[in-house]
Amino acid sequence: MSQHPEARAVGVTIDDITLSFGPTPVLKNVSLVIEPGEFFTFLGPSGSGKSTLLRLIAGFGPVPSTGRVLIGDREVTQLAPWERNVGLVFQNYALWPHMTVRKNVAFGLEERKTPPQEIRERVDAALDLVGLLKFADRRPSQLSGGQQQRVALARTIVVEPQILLLDEPLSNLDANLRVQMRREIHDLQRKLGLTTIFVTHDQEEANTISDRMAVLNAGTIQQVGSPMALYDEPVNRFVASFLGTANLVNGTLERSSDKAQFCTTDGIRIPVVDGEFQTGAELVALLRPQCLAISTSEAPAFEGTVRLEGKVVHREFLGSLLRYSVSVGEHVLVVDDAHQSGHALFDLDNSVSLHLDRDQVRVLAR
Amino acid sequence: MNALSRGQFGPRALAVVLGLFLLIFLVVPVVKVVFVAFQDPNTGALTLINFVDFFNTSLFQESFVNSFYVAAMSVVLSSIFALPLAYFTTRFNFGGTVIIQTLGIVPLIMPPFVGAVAMALLFGGNGSVNLLIDEWFGFTIPFMEGLNGVIFVESVHYFPFILINLSAALSNIDRSMEESAQNLGASGLRLFRRIVFPLAMPGYVAGASLVFLKVFDDLGTPLLLNINNMLAPQAYLRITSIGISDPMGYVISVILVACSLLALWTSFLALKGKDYATVQKGGGGLSKRDLRGWEKTACYAVVIFILLLVLSPHIGLALLSFGTVWSYSVLPDAFTWAHYATVFDTSMGYINNTLLYAGLAALIDVIFATAIAYIVWRTQLSWRKWLDFAAMGAVAIPGVVIGIGYLRTFYDFNVPVIDKPLATWWVIIVVALAIRRLPYALRACVAALQQVSEALEEAAENLGATKSRTVRRIVVPLMSGGILAGFITSFATASVELSATIMLVSSESDAPLAYGIYEFMQSASGRGPGAALGIIAVIIVGIATYLSHRFIERRREERTPEIAVTAGA
Repeated sequence: MSQHPEARAVGVTIDDITLSFGPTPVLKNVSLVIEPGEFFTFLGPSGSGKSTLLRLIAGFGPVPSTGRVLIGDREVTQLAPWERNVGLVFQNYALWPHMTVRKNVAFGLEERKTPPQEIRERVDAALDLVGLLKFADRRPSQLSGGQQQRVALARTIVVEPQILLLDEPLSNLDANLRVQMRREIHDLQRKLGLTTIFVTHDQEEANTISDRMAVLNAGTIQQVGSPMALYDEPVNRFVASFLGTANLVNGTLERSSDKAQFCTTDGIRIPVVDGEFQTGAELVALLRPQCLAISTSEAPAFEGTVRLEGKVVHREFLGSLLRYSVSVGEHVLVVDDAHQSGHALFDLDNSVSLHLDRDQVRVLAR
Repeated sequence: MNALSRGQFGPRALAVVLGLFLLIFLVVPVVKVVFVAFQDPNTGALTLINFVDFFNTSLFQESFVNSFYVAAMSVVLSSIFALPLAYFTTRFNFGGTVIIQTLGIVPLIMPPFVGAVAMALLFGGNGSVNLLIDEWFGFTIPFMEGLNGVIFVESVHYFPFILINLSAALSNIDRSMEESAQNLGASGLRLFRRIVFPLAMPGYVAGASLVFLKVFDDLGTPLLLNINNMLAPQAYLRITSIGISDPMGYVISVILVACSLLALWTSFLALKGKDYATVQKGGGGLSKRDLRGWEKTACYAVVIFILLLVLSPHIGLALLSFGTVWSYSVLPDAFTWAHYATVFDTSMGYINNTLLYAGLAALIDVIFATAIAYIVWRTQLSWRKWLDFAAMGAVAIPGVVIGIGYLRTFYDFNVPVIDKPLATWWVIIVVALAIRRLPYALRACVAALQQVSEALEEAAENLGATKSRTVRRIVVPLMSGGILAGFITSFATASVELSATIMLVSSESDAPLAYGIYEFMQSASGRGPGAALGIIAVIIVGIATYLSHRFIERRREERTPEIAVTAGA
């Protein structure tokens, strides 16, 4: 709502934060830099510490035993929540039921001793921005979930916080509304140029909305990067399997003459680019289901692929694609086949060939 | 200084003040009473001699047995009243449910001692009911003979505790519990014995132990019915006739406290780990069926019979307050306004005192209860649980014990300026009422605070409101329904409290309503005005209860129209 939002956007620096709830460690040596104006996501399963990290920035929860939090250049680690000027939108909106929508939105400005005339104008502008001006005199209980969500957003942005924090704001909405609100939040963030941190456990949500994201597990950051980079180049098993479906196959690196090969005990052999790993290194290969093609066992080999023979053990119809589970040696690999009406199907116990695109295989240290 | 300890100075200072208040006005007097009970009256050494004396005196033995007998029989009789009512409301589609629910608030509106004299006139040896029975059938029933009278009056007043708890327990049993038992082959009595009964048992025991506790501690009812050979009246009579140095009053106090704790402990054990919240989303209570014609008649007959019994003290009191002479006759000889005129001429002081004392006590209660609730549930103070424990502990201390403790502890303390012992200053009555009603207010406030999601507070802090601003603008307004409920409950019960008050009133001009009623009822000529005063008390408490009910309902509707609609559908 400022004239030159981009100029004012500030970043957040999290520097070596360790924090526990009583004896239970929740965050372990977390360091992170969030750039000004960025839409950043904390992605992780429940209990990974992502909400704790978000609340830490807002000043809620236990005090970290080590580390610092900086907003822009200002250290806020020891500041009370009301001294920080960061806007937090709560998972269940936390609208005050004893106040009208207008009163809810005006609250922060009143606490800042803004003149009444200005409060009125800014509240109207904020409600207008989220399309709820006509509901200003209703009570929150008279609004739908999506409308309550917009009021919560308006209430937060009206005070022009330096950072916008969103704690699983979409999890209480139904599927269609979630997609719509996701877009609205994204558009709003672009319009305001506000540095925004979003917490979710839903990887699709994270992928579609974020500039960059951090994947958390068990209180540590696993990897930071753009959604596509994390999907394509995960650094470990956890990131690989948390972002999308993954076949993860254990094996070792073997070298014969000058060729490096990934080998499993049951005979899968995949040529890999020779490089970082020692001979005999314990590795794990990541094969995405869409990088495997399925065919009858009689079909000829495809160029540039590794051929694996197996048997169909399970089939799921997912609408746009068919997902087969194929047993190959001791492994069961998940393979996606794009679905088209009339397309031939493979039945249970059919012998099939899998064709693995060599370039799409990613090998990680175990 | 970290973000948590920041903003904790205020709560900490407040907690210290509250802790001191509870220490001085609850812990110290009670400890003093216990200490004196174990002290040799002559040498001051610790001894059990007082207890030996107590159990060697036949009057005390008798009182001890009588108190237990009366409390236990009251539980039995209350259960006989409550069980059919609870059963009707939860098992049948019964139009009388509303009537039964109203019965639940009757004890709040009138304490038993107020109605005791009226009950004696209705059910006594020469009372209306026995006169009629004698005329028709030629015999009489000793309803009010000796201990029977106390049992009868107490049961009529306290059975709703069992009714409320048992009904709640029954209606919390989800239909699926019953249906899955039926699905697995259980039905009829077997289903009741193996599923319904065990699930409802904790509720019943909680209600029953509450009745036991209330009856065991009650002072006013036996006093007014002139039954002195029970524990509470003995404690009172020893202290008022022999003096505050007589150790027997203290011994009895210790026994009263011990029995109260036992009753509370029983109820705690009954409910511990049995918080059977079995109601599932969309489920209802046990399945209900419609009543056949004759069943309906029978049900209504039972309900109306019990209703008449419950209302009999009120009816009797009203008759007494309007009657001229009422003796050896079914109804008073004639009716008059004179008693009310007398009350308004001579006894406005009682009414004003009551409004002042109960109002102040209730105000103290809700302020302290809100603060304690906040400290216990929203701060990390290490000793916050003790504060809660001490405040709730007042439940276990009978009024007589508080009275004796205050007399003993504060008689030597002269209040500066007015130069009078604290124990005889009217303010001590307010303090005693506040301490005794604090648990009720605290329960209401804690329930209200638990309804306020912490996210609502965090949202305010996030938008720049400090802790104290958040409390003022968010927490207290959202708790207001519960705070008001706490205020009214404290006010209503404090305005008719007798057991602590009766010991602390030092002059007629400081006396509240309950004391005035007690004084009037002592003489035959005072019964009329006493009853009039009783009716006024009932009206005051009734109006207060009604208003709070209305207020809470309206607030609820305002806030959650949709939820109210869906819940009602």
